[in-house]
Amino acid sequence: MAGDDNLVEIRNLTFRHGAHTIFDNIDIDIRRGSITAIMGPSGTGKTTLLRLIGRQLQPASGTILVDGENVNRLGRSALFELRKRMGMLFQNGALLTDMNVYDNVAFPLREHTRLPERLIRTLVLMKLEAVGLRGARALMPAELSGGMARRVALARAIALDPMMIMYDEPFTGQDPISMGVLVRLIKDLNDALGLTSVIVSHDIAETSEIADDIYLLSGGKVVAHGSREDLRNSESEWARQFMHGLPDGPVPFHYPAAGYADDLVNHNGTRD
Amino acid sequence: MTASAPGQVRQEAGPEGVALLLTGDWTLLHYTALSRSVGKLTLDNATPVRLDLQGVGEMDSAGATLLVRLLGTERTQALPESVPGLTPERRELLLTVCNALLHPVLDTRQNRYVFGDVTARIGRASLIIGRDLVTLLDFMGRTLLTFLRVLPRPRRWRLTPLVSHIEQIGFNAVPIVALLTFLVGAVVALLGATVLVDLGLTIYTVDLVTYSFMREFGVLLTAIMLAGRTASAFTAQIGSMKANEELDALRVQGLDPIELLVLPRILALMVSLPLLTFIAVLSGVAGGGLVSHLSLDISVSRYLEIVNAVPLQHFWVGLSKAPLFAFIIGLIGCLEGFKSGASAESVGLHTTSSVVQSIFIVILLDAVAALYFMEAGW
Repeated sequence: MAGDDNLVEIRNLTFRHGAHTIFDNIDIDIRRGSITAIMGPSGTGKTTLLRLIGRQLQPASGTILVDGENVNRLGRSALFELRKRMGMLFQNGALLTDMNVYDNVAFPLREHTRLPERLIRTLVLMKLEAVGLRGARALMPAELSGGMARRVALARAIALDPMMIMYDEPFTGQDPISMGVLVRLIKDLNDALGLTSVIVSHDIAETSEIADDIYLLSGGKVVAHGSREDLRNSESEWARQFMHGLPDGPVPFHYPAAGYADDLVNHNGTRD
Repeated sequence: MTASAPGQVRQEAGPEGVALLLTGDWTLLHYTALSRSVGKLTLDNATPVRLDLQGVGEMDSAGATLLVRLLGTERTQALPESVPGLTPERRELLLTVCNALLHPVLDTRQNRYVFGDVTARIGRASLIIGRDLVTLLDFMGRTLLTFLRVLPRPRRWRLTPLVSHIEQIGFNAVPIVALLTFLVGAVVALLGATVLVDLGLTIYTVDLVTYSFMREFGVLLTAIMLAGRTASAFTAQIGSMKANEELDALRVQGLDPIELLVLPRILALMVSLPLLTFIAVLSGVAGGGLVSHLSLDISVSRYLEIVNAVPLQHFWVGLSKAPLFAFIIGLIGCLEGFKSGASAESVGLHTTSSVVQSIFIVILLDAVAALYFMEAGW
């Protein structure tokens, strides 16, 4: 077992969805204060991993330790306490649509604390300032661009000063500028607030730019693990295909099928 | 690029059978024209054919199919090497098409209806209904538990959403509920008048309207209207929050969606439905009164006298069902929202399903309650 410098330790984790095995006995460590990227092709269960860490899902076997606590053994109130210390950013922000920006960020504070409204105001404005949207506090979520919605959601995620933040595909569908803004913001917040960040993504360039540690997942396994340089120079064919975006390799271009010619020519599978 | 020339076929009777001269492009682009010109020709199987493809520009599988149809599969398979213009590629194409025509794919999924399918479907549907029922009971349990957990902590009572939901569910529904029950009350009075006039008992129309509205119609009509109006709204609201990952966002903030979203909605419905039922009874009786006054010559004071004589217990029998109906409608509406998937289509499907289910269960429960109250003699 690793020591205290791991905030999250995943050991022998197996998770099944129906008959389909999503994770097969994987181990992942997330160091305190680091930015860890979980990458892999679509459909490898990267988001599922985040849900397992937050125990929105229950694994078939294995343990997940978050800050020394086994999340699958926690009682209801202990789990809700732990979740307050784990921020999560969803793909599209997932802001509550019937409240404006200010109320969305204030929401967790009002729900979980008894702070006076004046103090809440100060805190909310600080968090909004950190993501550069203090001026947008009166807007409704529908009036925000995708990148802005994600930044507001980020302000909401840090409202309770969590120990870690999990990012679910934070860069998907963003223009280069807001992508750059988000990359910078994730890095700066991580360093300034002493957070631990987990980024699930397949935007290799952006993610690996700020990630200290990268895990590559495929077929339910960790196929490669290391720093950006480690993976760039990796001998693993798999890592090479993913990091360089090659169309064919261990992940085949073709979905498994019968021979092409046979498929076209013969309907009944016999050649004349 | 030159324009593609439509394919043509010419038939010439020669000394040793028939000669077929093909020209132009035999492609999908000219299929209609080609099939017309091919359709004019008939070859009987015995006639020897001399084929000439030299004039053919392009040929694709559509053209090849027409040619094979014209020649027949046997003749195509036996085409000699010496046919002018028959390149190895064309030969392969013709043989492939020929083979495909000889072994047509039968869609085995169609036209296979056997009696067993009916029982299989019934079985599958029963399993689904059983599973849905278990889910509903599970959800009911969770909601009650959450309610009990929140009850001793007034700080966690969500009064603002509760009041706002009561406004939407109850107050805003007053006009539609009042209007509809007024009309139904009038219709019931007319119906009673039609039947009772032959017996000379038109005065009992008043009792008919009053009893039916107090015991059944008031609460039932209101419940059905709220099932259509409110259960669907609950499903759509919660479903779209789910599609937008808002529910996940609540959970990761350490908040319980049942406490936050379900409890205020169900409680608001349980407050609103009895109040609306009261209004429904009043306006149903008023509708009956109007008809009695206009077409039965029963004066308003006489009408009210008879209404007044109806024992109050019938009113309580009807009203006692209202909170139960409200609870079930709210549960189904919220649960369907949680069950919906991430797409707009799924939210729509579950909205429909929540209306159908809640109306069905309300009518079912009402029937059971009617039996119970009758047996109990209330």
